[in-house]
Amino acid sequence: MPPVEEILTVHDLRCWYPVRAGLFGGIHQYVKAVDGVSFAVRKGEVLGLVGESGSGKTTIGRTVLRLNAPTGGSIVFRGQDITHLTRRRMRPIRQAMQLIFQDPFASLNPRMTVERILLTPLAIHDRTMPPAERHRQVEAALQMVGLSSAHASRYPHEFSGGQRQRIGIARALILRPAFLVADEPVSALDVSIQAQIVNLLLDLKEQLGLTILFIAHDLAVVGHISDRIAVMYLGRLMEFADTDALFANPQHPYTEALFSAAPDPDPTVRRQRIILQGDIPSPVAPPSGCVFRTRCRYALPACAEQQPAFREIRPGHFKACIRDDLALQGAGGQARERVPSS
Amino acid sequence: MTPLLQVEDLRVRFRTDTGIIPAVNGVSFVVRPRETLALVGESGSGKSVTGLSIMRLTPRGGGCRVEGRIRFGAADLLALPEEDMRAIRGNRISMIFQEPMTSLNPVKTVGEQIAEAIRCHRQIGRQAALDRAAELLHTVGIPDARQRLASYPHHMSGGMRQRVMIAMALSCEPDLLIADEPTTALDVTVQAQIVELLKRLQQQTGMSVIFITHNLGVVADIADRVMVMYAGRIVEQAGTVPLLTSPLMPYTQGLLRSVPRLPAGQHQRRRLDAIPGNVPDPAELPAGCSFRPRCPHAVAGVCDTTLPELEDTAPGHLVRCRRWRDIAPAGA
Ligand SMILES: Nc1ncnc2c1ncn2[C@@H]1O[C@H](COP(=O)(O)OP(=O)(O)OP(=O)(O)O)[C@@H](O)[C@H]1O
Ligand SMILES: Nc1ncnc2c1ncn2[C@@H]1O[C@H](COP(=O)(O)OP(=O)(O)OP(=O)(O)O)[C@@H](O)[C@H]1O
Ligand code: SF4
Ligand SMILES: [Mg+2]
Ligand SMILES: [Mg+2]
Repeated sequence: MPPVEEILTVHDLRCWYPVRAGLFGGIHQYVKAVDGVSFAVRKGEVLGLVGESGSGKTTIGRTVLRLNAPTGGSIVFRGQDITHLTRRRMRPIRQAMQLIFQDPFASLNPRMTVERILLTPLAIHDRTMPPAERHRQVEAALQMVGLSSAHASRYPHEFSGGQRQRIGIARALILRPAFLVADEPVSALDVSIQAQIVNLLLDLKEQLGLTILFIAHDLAVVGHISDRIAVMYLGRLMEFADTDALFANPQHPYTEALFSAAPDPDPTVRRQRIILQGDIPSPVAPPSGCVFRTRCRYALPACAEQQPAFREIRPGHFKACIRDDLALQGAGGQARERVPSS
Repeated sequence: MTPLLQVEDLRVRFRTDTGIIPAVNGVSFVVRPRETLALVGESGSGKSVTGLSIMRLTPRGGGCRVEGRIRFGAADLLALPEEDMRAIRGNRISMIFQEPMTSLNPVKTVGEQIAEAIRCHRQIGRQAALDRAAELLHTVGIPDARQRLASYPHHMSGGMRQRVMIAMALSCEPDLLIADEPTTALDVTVQAQIVELLKRLQQQTGMSVIFITHNLGVVADIADRVMVMYAGRIVEQAGTVPLLTSPLMPYTQGLLRSVPRLPAGQHQRRRLDAIPGNVPDPAELPAGCSFRPRCPHAVAGVCDTTLPELEDTAPGHLVRCRRWRDIAPAGA
């Protein structure tokens, strides 16, 4: 087996946002948006980062790109520690790491033509490139995402949601990055269009040898595109594994609950759903011990005492849960039974 | 069984700066007592406008024209004086709107808001209305319901706010609930809670539900029958099981194929089956079948001539496609 090359290594990452509490804002509390997360992204893979709203996915995505400053921990990109690099020293690195946003509507300047939108990153990062070459690059980027140079003179509002997301991808790719953070790139799109964009990302990954951190809250989408998956809850990683292993043999009760809650359009299968009670607790005052315990059907008194270690239970399969005695259901697990179609 | 609601040839047009937008183009359907009818389709297909038309809440004034008949009991809702409509709206027919945050008043407590909704239609005192509000919050699964009456919407999570919206919509025990994407903005674990809740309440009260969504997984979970809309028209309608297991309309087939599934068993990273192209601009619908430019079964001279009729293919199964007899059903 060839040695696996890590393009990005994150160790014990913490991102806390201060919130003012009290009438005069004297006392500081923190939203522990990301609280001690470690993982590595291998060169050429799609790593899925899945979790519910507020779990800290966007914060991780922005922080590894150094668009947010981390509170603690370290970020190593292509062997270089970038945790504390200044803006200026980040600039040449930034070209190699790009972001695709969730909202194709909000992320494109409505007053710029597509051409200007795509020229802007080139102008910032490569001032010496001759204009003719820049235009060739714009054309190539548009073609890469399935648009044509005829689209270059139009404005974002003249495009559909799926087309706008293509423009967002073209903008991210025009600098030929090695690493892409795609933050919910398909969540705002209709399913038929979502499928187009997932396919496009898979194709581009193959063609360009990209590495992608793919953020989403939909486990089915993440499962389609990712080689490995990290499952997050309330600022912490709950589980991390190869996609196959995670789907067949989830080791964390939260992952099991996510599988169980995912709606399935096959009506001949009736499932005994695991319905999690309650809401995600506030990240300002997360539960003691295991942060998932307040909604976990398998919680024991011991779960409240200590934060479970994030440990490797099989080669490459990590989890943060003290219970090893559970037989959890995977995707389409035993709880599904066929009902005869009448 | 006499239907509870009967929509006949509903047409809704918007006049805008850039021209006329035909949002709903001749939609007819019935809602039976105690059933859940799902209304599915891509963004812009006319789902919300259909729901808003039943409530008579489409924008007023010359910019929007609503035609057709909407029979509810003996009344034609579209012909009713506004005063009579007000007695029905929020009372016998109520709606959960697509955007929960914009439809709750941010400066009033949820208790006040629910009590107000009740007192719009019931002659009861303030305290009795608050008692009823607490009861409703309890019914929709909000813990410490009585204390929660004093909360403001922005102090609640998305799932809680959606429960408040449901409590408000149910406050007068409607015969018909129109739920417009009630779970779309929610996380899957909370979505599963809300779907369970709506199923339970529907069974308890015997109300009928029009459930608007674009999520076919949720449809499988909640609906008795399904109506698929494309470009302002119904293109297929059937019971939930036949619609999801043997759809006939190429659009429904494509939609089902493009849904990412949880891979059961061994997983390979694979491309999804996407429908090529985009939803047509409602102001410039193609000639013939609206789905033709994206359809893998389209045949020139057949599909691009006149609009296909909505045909009966089996009892209760309707499809709008010239070629349905030649196309093998293909579904989940
Ligand atoms: N600038 C900020 N100031 C204070 N709190 C913040 C800020 N940005 C995010 N948060 C909080 O940090 C937590 C994590 O937010 P984040 O946006 O990373 O979550 P997410 O997993 O991306 O959620 P979503 O699925 O809704 O996009 C949330 O509780 C959020 O409210
Ligand atoms: N107030 C309005 N003025 C002009 N056009 C409108 C208005 N409301 C809706 N439309 C148009 O009517 C069509 C149908 O819109 P509708 O909101 O019913 O779609 P939908 O199926 O509910 O979509 P979504 O899934 O995005 O909610 C769209 O083309 C929309 O742009
Ligand atoms: S009528 Fe033609 S274009 Fe329309 S769905 Fe049927 S086969 Fe496709
Ligand atoms: Mg986010
Ligand atoms: Mg809508």
